[in-house]
Amino acid sequence: MSVTGLLTGFIEELRAVGIPVSMVEAIDAASALKHVDLSDRAQVKATLGATLVKHARHADAFETAFEIFFGLRTPSPELEERREAADRAVIQSTGAGSGGDFDADALIRALFAALRDEDRPLLMAVVRHAVRHLSGMEPGRPVGGAYYLYRILRELNLEELEAQLLEMSRGEQALTALEERLLREELSTRLEEFREELRSEIRRRLVADRGPRAVARTLRRPLLEDVDLTTATRQELAEIERIIHPLTRKLAIRLAQRRRRGRVGRLDVRRTIRTALSTGGVPVDPRFRKPRPGKPEIVVLADISGSMSTFARFTLQVVYSMAAEFSRVRAFAFIDAIDEVTGFFGPGTEFGEALGRISTEARVVWLDGHSDYGNALGRFADDYPEVITPRSTVIIAGDARNNYHDANVPALRRTAAAARALFWINPEQRRYWDTGDSVIGSYEPVCDGVFEVRNLRQLASFVERIAIPVTRPVRRIA
Amino acid sequence: MSLASPAEVADALKAEGYLPDVRIAQVVFLADRLEKPILVEGPAGVGKTELAKSLAAIHRRRLIRLQCYEGLDEAKALYEWNYRKQLLRLQADQGREWSELESDIFTEEFLLTRPLLEAIRSLEPVVLLIDEVDRVEVETEALLLEVLSDFQVSIPELGTIHAASRPLVVLTSNNTRELSEALKRRCLFLHIGYPTLEREREILLTRVPDLSEAIADQVARLVRSIRAFPLRKPPSVSESIDWARTLLALGLDEIDADVAAETLHVVLKYQPDIDKVAEDLTEGRLEA
Repeated sequence: MSVTGLLTGFIEELRAVGIPVSMVEAIDAASALKHVDLSDRAQVKATLGATLVKHARHADAFETAFEIFFGLRTPSPELEERREAADRAVIQSTGAGSGGDFDADALIRALFAALRDEDRPLLMAVVRHAVRHLSGMEPGRPVGGAYYLYRILRELNLEELEAQLLEMSRGEQALTALEERLLREELSTRLEEFREELRSEIRRRLVADRGPRAVARTLRRPLLEDVDLTTATRQELAEIERIIHPLTRKLAIRLAQRRRRGRVGRLDVRRTIRTALSTGGVPVDPRFRKPRPGKPEIVVLADISGSMSTFARFTLQVVYSMAAEFSRVRAFAFIDAIDEVTGFFGPGTEFGEALGRISTEARVVWLDGHSDYGNALGRFADDYPEVITPRSTVIIAGDARNNYHDANVPALRRTAAAARALFWINPEQRRYWDTGDSVIGSYEPVCDGVFEVRNLRQLASFVERIAIPVTRPVRRIA
Repeated sequence: MSLASPAEVADALKAEGYLPDVRIAQVVFLADRLEKPILVEGPAGVGKTELAKSLAAIHRRRLIRLQCYEGLDEAKALYEWNYRKQLLRLQADQGREWSELESDIFTEEFLLTRPLLEAIRSLEPVVLLIDEVDRVEVETEALLLEVLSDFQVSIPELGTIHAASRPLVVLTSNNTRELSEALKRRCLFLHIGYPTLEREREILLTRVPDLSEAIADQVARLVRSIRAFPLRKPPSVSESIDWARTLLALGLDEIDADVAAETLHVVLKYQPDIDKVAEDLTEGRLEA
C-alpha cells in the first residue's frame, strides 16, 4: 500500500474511533511526512501524533491504531522460517530444552534468563516463539487477540516467574522494606513490558492475516469520554477522573460566556417613564430590569447502591466541579433510605475520600440495602420539604430498578411540584428501560426530562443543559 | 542555524542540557521545517518552558516570552498606543490641522510593542514562548490565532504588519482547561508526560553535576514509585531534581526509608500527600 493510501486509511480509522481529525490536520500530516525518514517508525509515529491527535486523552486510541496500520509487516515465508530457526537457536543457547523442540517449561526458563539479564534479543525470541506455538492462532478468526494472549499467559504462569525472580534478586542479603518495594516494582515493569511485546506480536500476526482495517474494527475501543460509566474498568475510571477537570472547566467557560451574552431583563416601566420626563415624556432611553442571577440551585439525589455507585460518583463529581456555575449545590444519597451528604464535600476535601465516607457514614440503608426508590423518594419528600424551593433544579441519578417495591410516584410528584424543574438521568441503555424491575416509565411523566446518560460526554452535555435554566419558571399543578 | 535531522536536533538539545526523547526531537524538527507553532502540554514541572529556552539557545535566537494570566488583553499581549506621548505631541503642536496631526500621532514612534508584536517585527528571527496559554480567556485565545497561522498582526491605524522573519513559536499549557479546537488545529501537539526511568536518571545526572549514578538511580526509582500513589500533586521532574540536589547537599550516599521520609517535603507539596507517602514508606507496608 502506498503511504498516502495508508495515511488515508489511518485517518479514517482515527475518525471512526471518534478522534476529530480536520482536513487541515490531514494535510499537515501528509506534508510533514515529506520531511521524515519513512523507514524510521518512531519518527513516523511522532509526526502523525503531533499533527493528527491534539488531545492527550486520545493517545491510547492513537497508539492502537498506529500499531495496526504502521506495524512491522510479517516477513515472507522463507524469512519467517529462517527467523524461527534463529529464535530456536537463541532460546537453546540458554540451555533450555534440546533437539530444537521445547515445552512450556523450557520456554519459561528462557524467559527467566531474559528477564533476569535484561537480554532483549532473547526476550523477543521468546515472544515470537510463544506467539507461534502457544497462542493456537487460527487464520481468519475475527477475534481481537485478547484470547490468544490469555492462552499464552496461561501456559507461562508469570506470577510464579515473578516470585522466582524476586527470590533470586533478593539473594542472601536481607532487604529493607523500601528496597524490596522498589525491586518488586522493577520486576513488574519488566513483566508488563513482556506482556506488551506479546500483545503487539499477536496484533502484527492478526494484521498480516486479515488486513489492518478488519483488525482495527475488532480492536476499536471507545474514547474515554465515550466509555460506559457503569461497565468501565478500574483503569478507565482512573483515567476518566483525570480528564473531568479540564473538561468541566471548558464547559464552565462556555456557560459563563452564554450567560454574559445572555438575556436583557424585562422592560422596567417605572424607571423608563421617570427618565422619559427629562425628554418631555418621550421614552428615548428605555430602561431594563437587571436580569436575575441565572444560576440555578442544584439538588442531586444519587442512588449509591452497588451497581449505581460509579455513576453516582461521576455525577456528583461533575456537578461539584461545576459548583461555581450554580448558586448552591446540595447532595443526597440513597439506597432504600435517604440521607443528606452535602457536608462531605467541603472545600478541599478529596473526592475519593468523601465518597468512601458517604458509603460508611451516611444513613442510606433502611431494610435490606437494596435500592428502593419508592421509600427513598417518599422519605425525601417527607423529611426534607424545605430543601426544594421554586429555584431548585432537582437531578435524580439512578437506573430506577426498584426491586419490585412500590414506585411511590405521588412522592416524586410532590417534589417535582415544589421544584423549578426535575430531571432524571439514567445510566442504562434506553432499550432496557422498563424491563424487569425498572420503573423509569412510571416516573417519566412526572419529570421535566428523562435522559440516558451513559458516558462522560452525555453527562457533561446534560449538566450544560440544566445550567442555563429556562427563563420563565415552569408552573405546575400539584 | 538549521538542523538537518531529528537526531541532530536531539544532539543540539543535549548539548544545551536538555534531554529530549524521540518524540520531542521529532516535533521540534518538524516545527522548524513546517514553520508551525508547537503546543506543549503536560503536568507542571516536566520541562515545557525549559524546552523553549533550550530551543532559543540551540538556534542562537532571542527568546521573547509572553506569560499568560487571567485578564491578559490585547494591550498587554500585542500593542498599545502610547497615549501620554500622543497627548504631549498634540499639546506641543497646537494650532496645526487635525489631518496633519492624525497622521503624525499614529506612527510607529507612538507604538508600544508588546511581546507578540515584538516577535513579529523583530528583524532577526526569535523564539516566541507563550507560557501557560490555558490561563487566558477564550476571547484572548482568539487574538493569538492571527499571529500563529499567518504570522501577522493587524493594527487598524497602521495596517497589517507581516513578520520580518518567522519566529519559532512554543505554547505551553498545563491543561487546566481545554484549549479551543481552532488553536489546536494550528499547532503541532506535543504531550510531555513523566519521563521513563532511564531518561529521568539521565536528566538527573545532567542537571545535578556531582550526583553519583547510584543516587540518581535510587531517586528515579523512588520518584516513579511515589507517582503510583493517588496524590493531589505527583512529583514532577523539577521536584526529583530538587530532591537529588537536597540529598547531595546533605552529603548522603544512600537513601533508606527514613531519609526518604524526612526529605519528602522537597518532592511533595501538600501535607496530606506527604503524610500518605511517608506513612507507607516507613511502615514498609508492601503493595500486594
